[in-house]
Amino acid sequence: MGNTEKRVEAPLTEEVIKTLRMGDEVLLSGIIYTARDMAHARLEEMIGNGEELPFDAAGSVIYYVGPSPAPEGRVIGSAGPTTSYRMDPFVPVMFKAGMRGMIGKGPRSEEVKNLIVEKCGVYFGATGGAAALLSESILEAEVIAFDDLGPEALRKLRVCDMPVIVINDCYGGDLYLEGVRKYSSDVQIWQ
Amino acid sequence: MRRIDLREITQAVKELSIEANTIANCDLRDALTASIEKEVSPVGKAVLGQLIKNQDIAKFTNLPICQDTGFTVVFLEVGMDISFTGGIVQDAVNQGVREGYIEGNLRKSIVKDPLTSPVNTQDNTPAIVHIELVPGDKVKITLMPKGGGSENMSRIKMMKPSDGVDGVREFILKTVKTAGGNPCPPIIVGVGVGGTFDYVAFLAKKSLLRKIGERNRDPEIAAMEEKWLLEVNKLGIGPAGLGGKVTALDLFIEVFPRHIATFPVAVNIQCNAARVKTRII
Ligand code: SF4
Repeated sequence: MGNTEKRVEAPLTEEVIKTLRMGDEVLLSGIIYTARDMAHARLEEMIGNGEELPFDAAGSVIYYVGPSPAPEGRVIGSAGPTTSYRMDPFVPVMFKAGMRGMIGKGPRSEEVKNLIVEKCGVYFGATGGAAALLSESILEAEVIAFDDLGPEALRKLRVCDMPVIVINDCYGGDLYLEGVRKYSSDVQIWQ
Repeated sequence: MRRIDLREITQAVKELSIEANTIANCDLRDALTASIEKEVSPVGKAVLGQLIKNQDIAKFTNLPICQDTGFTVVFLEVGMDISFTGGIVQDAVNQGVREGYIEGNLRKSIVKDPLTSPVNTQDNTPAIVHIELVPGDKVKITLMPKGGGSENMSRIKMMKPSDGVDGVREFILKTVKTAGGNPCPPIIVGVGVGGTFDYVAFLAKKSLLRKIGERNRDPEIAAMEEKWLLEVNKLGIGPAGLGGKVTALDLFIEVFPRHIATFPVAVNIQCNAARVKTRII
């Protein structure tokens, strides 16, 4: 397991992704995009219709988040990750569009994990519940599409030193599996 | 008879909505702080540190502790010597939620009709309101904004009576194991046993109103709480599900008599953003 702190710029390149290992603590900076259930459904539809996407998907990192409203004087409200498995069905088409990275919480499907290896991508975990802390790393936020979806709108974020952890790396590493394996002691659930 | 203007209830619910979502309770904070010592995984320790820092930031910036400011669950214990004036209690509660969620910049996460009209109600109403009549002339309002991620990992089972205590234990461990990192561990495990299909879930939810460390008054059940908490923490899920010893901060059990033919169990999972605030009027 990695466990070293790395600074990474988004959008991501293949070279950078290859330096990342499961368990690495990463400080992410640069441009990322927010999307969750509804925004993904619309993006999928746009891709299906051959429409141009509202953002440059090449090397992009998608953050699964539905932030709370921005109070006066802040660019965004609290912004912690939502559970990622709900976005699993959209991952193949997003990879095809050029996406390279995802930020969320909770394990992914086998299909997604395989695609991460195959397409040289990465899945970062952000700490669920640490939403005010994560908000502090967001310097700019702008709704770029689907304004009608409120918290689910597609946003462009500029982040600085956003604390994330590499869960699934492009070598097939899976921190959820390895971490739990390492620290679980025998509990006989069945008796 | 004491008269209470329902505007007082609205005001209290509004303030509680904002407080609950922005100011973490001391018992939770203390439990998280103590858990750093217990955690052996370095990543786990880092996550716990983030959660504590997050609570500080929320408190000083008035940002919500978590962006999912939940379904607002409100428990009202109403003294029987009270007469409310100015409308209907449920409406007063909903008005308080509306004002609190709008003024407090809390996220509105409720969609109107799940089957026919899944559009956001824009004010986080309706709240789930539980009303209980008690002796006296006071109203106790307890407000719990309940996050969707941990609610999704909660389970209910109508066991066979012969499954017994072992069946309950097995169901708790399996539910927590299956939930893994999804409900934002460290979690609090709320267990209901007995009653009916609907009531057992209420018991599980109600157990989550306890302060961390508060044991069931029945010493035998208290011992089960302690034993099963230790077992849950051997599952290895750890903070944020990344592996570690601190999976749950506590485990609460509430029981009720059961029908001879049934044995309902419910496990309601609470996340690290365990938000509960109480006020007595
Ligand atoms: S489960 Fe709790 S801590 Fe996690 S995102 Fe939902 S409300 Fe926040």
